[in-house]
Amino acid sequence: MTPPDDQRLLEIRNLKVQFALEEGTVRAVDGMSLVVNRGQTVGVVGESGCGKSVTAQALLRIVPKPGEIVDGELLYYRPTGSDGENLHVTDLVGLPANGDEMRDIRGNEIVMVFQEPMSSLAPVYTIGHQIMEAIELHQQVDRKEARERTLEILQRVGMPQPTQTIDSFPHQMSGGMRQRGMIAIALSCNPTLLIADEPTTALDVTTQGQILELMQKLQNDFGMAIMFITHDLGVVAKMTEYVTVMYLGKVVESADVDTIFHNPKHPYTKALLRSMPRMGVKSRRLEAVTGMVPDPFHVPPGCPFHPRCEDYIAGRCDAEEPPWIETEPGHGVRCVLYE
Amino acid sequence: MSSTNNPSDAVSDRSAQETPLLEVKGLRKYYPIRRGFLSRTKGFVKAVDGVDLTIQRGETLGLVGESGCGKSTTGRCLLRAVDATEGQVRYWMSDESGWTDIYALEGQDLRRFRRFAQMIFQDPFSSLNPRMTLLQIVGEPLTVNRLASGEELEHRVADLLRRVGLRPEYMKRYPHAFSGGQRQRIGIARSLALEPNFIVCDEPVSALDVSIQAQTLNLLQDLQEEFHLTYLFVAHDLNVVAHIADRVAVMYVGKMVELAESDDLFASPLHPYTEVLMSSVLPPDPRIKTRQIEMTGEVANPADPPSGCYFHPRCRYAEERCWQETPELREIRPNHFVSCHRAEEITLEGVL
Repeated sequence: MTPPDDQRLLEIRNLKVQFALEEGTVRAVDGMSLVVNRGQTVGVVGESGCGKSVTAQALLRIVPKPGEIVDGELLYYRPTGSDGENLHVTDLVGLPANGDEMRDIRGNEIVMVFQEPMSSLAPVYTIGHQIMEAIELHQQVDRKEARERTLEILQRVGMPQPTQTIDSFPHQMSGGMRQRGMIAIALSCNPTLLIADEPTTALDVTTQGQILELMQKLQNDFGMAIMFITHDLGVVAKMTEYVTVMYLGKVVESADVDTIFHNPKHPYTKALLRSMPRMGVKSRRLEAVTGMVPDPFHVPPGCPFHPRCEDYIAGRCDAEEPPWIETEPGHGVRCVLYE
Repeated sequence: MSSTNNPSDAVSDRSAQETPLLEVKGLRKYYPIRRGFLSRTKGFVKAVDGVDLTIQRGETLGLVGESGCGKSTTGRCLLRAVDATEGQVRYWMSDESGWTDIYALEGQDLRRFRRFAQMIFQDPFSSLNPRMTLLQIVGEPLTVNRLASGEELEHRVADLLRRVGLRPEYMKRYPHAFSGGQRQRIGIARSLALEPNFIVCDEPVSALDVSIQAQTLNLLQDLQEEFHLTYLFVAHDLNVVAHIADRVAVMYVGKMVELAESDDLFASPLHPYTEVLMSSVLPPDPRIKTRQIEMTGEVANPADPPSGCYFHPRCRYAEERCWQETPELREIRPNHFVSCHRAEEITLEGVL
């Protein structure tokens, strides 16, 4: 294995996750590649069914049955030693999902914040209990110290009245407070990578803004990388540095955020951006993407986007898999138009 | 559809216009809180707490606000889908019948109103009965009202499906075979079955993917033109509302805080809460840097709202008067209503 670039934190190489169902095999993730550097914020964008959430589940090795990682590598450049000076490259795919090493990484070094804070917090335990559980599980501290650290983390995530909230149950808290609680659990162990799966979709706009600003601040403080999984292009524009666009399990385009929004190459990326209603742009009609996302059992041959594509070339796009083309360093697109 | 962009034109247009389609006065909806062994009423959740509003024929009125502000309940009260606690909702259903107070309607007249006003729901997954075929779902309003049956019914349903961009051959299928966007079209077809004049669209696109959202918004606009529909468009996404609405009303804890022409509202809001809402819109462009105005505290509890202006504990412009006196909705600029004591003194930032 090549010696790791010292900025590199995670490298997804040609990941494939499949679900063998009675109706057929769903290729939920079909050759996904992505590099995340230390402290970087990466956006994974796409519509429902594009495989963005399954990618996150694969990273944590919590893909639900009958889903299975069938191919690819998940290279995690793991800091080792007391000061984290040395790097050790671990392929997460090779680890037993419930083995000691994976359990050590999951929830400790790679953590996740989910979309629905109500259903991802346990309703019968106080928020304090749930944060302390994470701390006690991963760090050698006693009860008293765990509680102190919990209070400290609640303060850092801006929880109102932390000394009282620590003993509150999730149902006693507002949506914004619950999401702060989720983030507190995730950050309790100083992770290297935070995966945020639509973390603000269920929240009101003003609360969304507060949570996003909190995440930016915490990233500055803690220096972790964030993988932002979302369909909201406004959130992507505000939060991320590098963006990967997915469609039906495949990466169709990857570039830095400015390029994705101002110089997109893939017809799907372009169409998505055009279809957004924008303030101040008064037009009678939106330029909608025609058709709909095909069902996962009948993925079209060739480029999966070809039935909805404006630049579709008959005989090519529906026949051959488009290659991955680097149009410039750091900007890749999966489309025959750029050959 | 009032398509004037110049506010001064809009004024002269409006005065020349016919009577509005609908007029709401002092609308209140209180839900009792019952506790204890005898379930005595211990208080009220004031979901809608005094809303006044008119909706013009053929316009789209956007109704925005955060969850729990009473925007959906307001929409439902306008249809008498829930009964208001207090207030008046009048429709100008036709020139022959003049004003109709829907809370005074009974029997045949109420059924006639049900055909006049319809609703499109947010969640296309839970709002369609999974055991009914499209023919049954879309045709149900026609069957229930004994307007069509047999071949005639199939004919009308086929026509409705075509109008919303679905194939009539799908008529015998069940909802599970359709995607979210298609299901929303099914819901729209059903709401059109009785040829209504007025439709309350309750977050019609918020459960849909971006690419499907645009198709659905276009469809709603096409249908509006074709059938001369009037919409109340309840939504929380300001990008969507700015696109589709002619006028926009902003609600906060059961009260209407601002009402104006869409362009005017987004360019120069008059209520501090509207200003905060607008500052939290995220433009889909990394080159536009926005900063959300900080707002302290949580949304007020509608069972125990603060004194004076409900927004004062979170308002950065609040002064003594704001927690002592309740502000009234006033017309400060032509067609621009706001309920804020300080509206004339403060200058707020819009997003346009």
